[in-house]
Amino acid sequence: MNAPLHLWLIPLLPFAGFLINGILGRRLPKWIVTTVALLAPLAAFGVVLNAAQGFFGIGAAVSSLPYIETCPLPWINIAALHVDFSFVLDQLSLVMLLVVTGVGFLIHVYSVGYMNDDEGYARYFSYLNLFLFFMTVLVLAGNALVMFIGWEGVGLASYLLIGFYFQKKSAADAGKKAFIVNRIGDFGFLIAMFLLVANFGTLTFTEIATKLGQDPGWNGGVVTVIALCLMMGAAGKSAQLPLYIWLPDAMEGPTPVSALIHAATMVTAGVYMVARTHVLFDHSPFALGVVATVGAATAIFAATIALVQNDIKRVLAYSTISQLGYMFLGCGVAAYSAAIFHLMTHAFFKALLFLAAGSVIHAIGGEQDLRKMGGLWRKLPITFAVTTVGVLAIAGIPPFAGFFSKDAILYAAFNQGTNGKILYSVGLITALLTAFYMFRLWYLAFMGTSRSPEVHPHESPWSMRGPLLILAALSICGGWIWLYGFGEFLAPVLGARVAETNSWRLLIPYTQYSLSLETVLSIVAVLVALEGWLIADKFYRRKPARPASLAAALPSGYKLLANKYFVDEFYGATVVKPLLGFSKVFLEWVVDVGILGGAAWLLGGMATFAGAILQRWQSGNLRSYAAWLAAGAAAVLLFLLVPWTTVLAYLAAIHLGVAGH
Amino acid sequence: MNAFFSQEVPLSWYLLLSAILFSLGVVGFLIKRNLITVFMSIELMLNGVNLSFVTFAHQWHAVKGQIFVFFVMMVAAAEAAVGLAIIIAVFRARATLAVDRIDRMKL
Repeated sequence: MNAPLHLWLIPLLPFAGFLINGILGRRLPKWIVTTVALLAPLAAFGVVLNAAQGFFGIGAAVSSLPYIETCPLPWINIAALHVDFSFVLDQLSLVMLLVVTGVGFLIHVYSVGYMNDDEGYARYFSYLNLFLFFMTVLVLAGNALVMFIGWEGVGLASYLLIGFYFQKKSAADAGKKAFIVNRIGDFGFLIAMFLLVANFGTLTFTEIATKLGQDPGWNGGVVTVIALCLMMGAAGKSAQLPLYIWLPDAMEGPTPVSALIHAATMVTAGVYMVARTHVLFDHSPFALGVVATVGAATAIFAATIALVQNDIKRVLAYSTISQLGYMFLGCGVAAYSAAIFHLMTHAFFKALLFLAAGSVIHAIGGEQDLRKMGGLWRKLPITFAVTTVGVLAIAGIPPFAGFFSKDAILYAAFNQGTNGKILYSVGLITALLTAFYMFRLWYLAFMGTSRSPEVHPHESPWSMRGPLLILAALSICGGWIWLYGFGEFLAPVLGARVAETNSWRLLIPYTQYSLSLETVLSIVAVLVALEGWLIADKFYRRKPARPASLAAALPSGYKLLANKYFVDEFYGATVVKPLLGFSKVFLEWVVDVGILGGAAWLLGGMATFAGAILQRWQSGNLRSYAAWLAAGAAAVLLFLLVPWTTVLAYLAAIHLGVAGH
Repeated sequence: MNAFFSQEVPLSWYLLLSAILFSLGVVGFLIKRNLITVFMSIELMLNGVNLSFVTFAHQWHAVKGQIFVFFVMMVAAAEAAVGLAIIIAVFRARATLAVDRIDRMKL
């Protein structure tokens, strides 16, 4: 592959869209705004496809990758530290780019219908394009610093879009919460970068891998610290325990935003980052263990909360957290390909579910409470059909996409040495819960009879239905590429590390699947998913009184789940309140009012005092000015003409003479 | 002509005269209330300075001092034109030329 691929166009096209719509959007007619907003991601997608076509044969040998594009101008060149503004296209970033620009484009199209009546139409699309700009920078980054730019940028875009309805206090607060919680993670990322520079002298991913490979002594120790700091960053961005709290609140944003940023792409950036820096994790069994534990814990934790949520978007939000936990579980058992695969299928079906939820909300006039829906399948046949596909996909029913990816992760977990069986069982229970709460949503929203007969739902316009259908098709077929060697396709990047002393570091050799074991595990997973469906069917169709009676039977348990384990309250009491108190007492009263205010008052007072004295000179009397002028001139003359040194010496001599007597 | 008149006037006399002229100008500027008198005092100061310029130019046989005098005279002429115009404008506006009463710029 010698022809230049023009990777720089991929981020810059959405950025141009952001500039045009952001600066001129309010004055441009709507159709131009729409055209610009849609062309930017479509053109970027075209560039990605153009870059992909040369080696699209999945599983085929790809010798020309990675393809590196570096900005010809030097970027950072301080002493030994040399950082280029470089983009890297390899199998991993290619997959991510296809997902980001492809799904991103579909959601842009959907937004045209969804946001049609919104007065912030141009602002919305400029933010959306800005997000795509930063997200593609993040994905293409060849070193940690460029990735960090994208990392911060998507956080910014996320903040802007969560707080899109900024007149609403809850939305503005949610935006701030997302941003601040993400800062904690970003702090970890920064520390990791400092440590990388200090220990490896480089931030380029490939060079770090080379240096790690050269010296077998790099094990544990500082590598573990770096990996854990990176994981902290990933936990912030990808809403893992204990930093997941911002994601449910992020549902305040418009629904397509939830689909694009808070389900399909941005929140998966953490998974992508771990996969991108997986060499570090490979050299630190402990860090891998932490990743797996955090992932599994988050998966089951969020799934239990999702069981009892009544807001359709919140169910999906907790489900997203849970699925992200799956991806980290995959990363933690060194099955990076499986994690990236789940990331991709999840992008399809979760974007689909969110967009379908948006279609439902749109249809019934902004209502998000599941308890007020019901019987919608008759009114919204297409939305119903695609939601069914999405639910089947996320529940893991074959042959839908989620089945393959979830299965791959569970299989990898099962095969992982020391405590893989525990991780596997947690994953399996989560799968059961997932199937249950997704079918619960399905039954509550679409089945039965309408619980709000006064609303008259209407199917969405075609600009919304089109993306839904395409995503539904992807949710059905997206998983099949696993059978065509998706794992091997990614292997050159995420590939088989050299197996060293520790069994943790053994990568699952995808080529040597033991089919029988996998078949057994698959059947178990499917049975579990069907069981979840059956329970949901029992609870919400056959015996609709059951959930209430169960909640009544276990009041404390229900309360715990309905209030999301009181984590927000816990953080509020342990972190937010002390911080606010500290800010109030020390920062505001002592530092701001006391020290800074006092200094300002002192300086101001001195100036006022001096002015009060000096202003007497400004009498306004011309002749007094002239007198001062003359006096000044006389003083200068006196100073220049009188030989002061001689006079002083003479005076001193007199003084001494007097003293001498 | 006798010897008294054929003698050259000593340098110090010229300088003394110059200082007297300048001091008169300063004093006039400070104590006079009429704007025109103040203005004339300024001219007096300028001419006092001019005299010392010419004196030194003659003493040191340097033409620079004389050139300076021409400059000063030119500036004084320009200043007279502008100054008198301002005085007329002030008089028209305020119907007074007493400097103590032209104090609207005061705080």
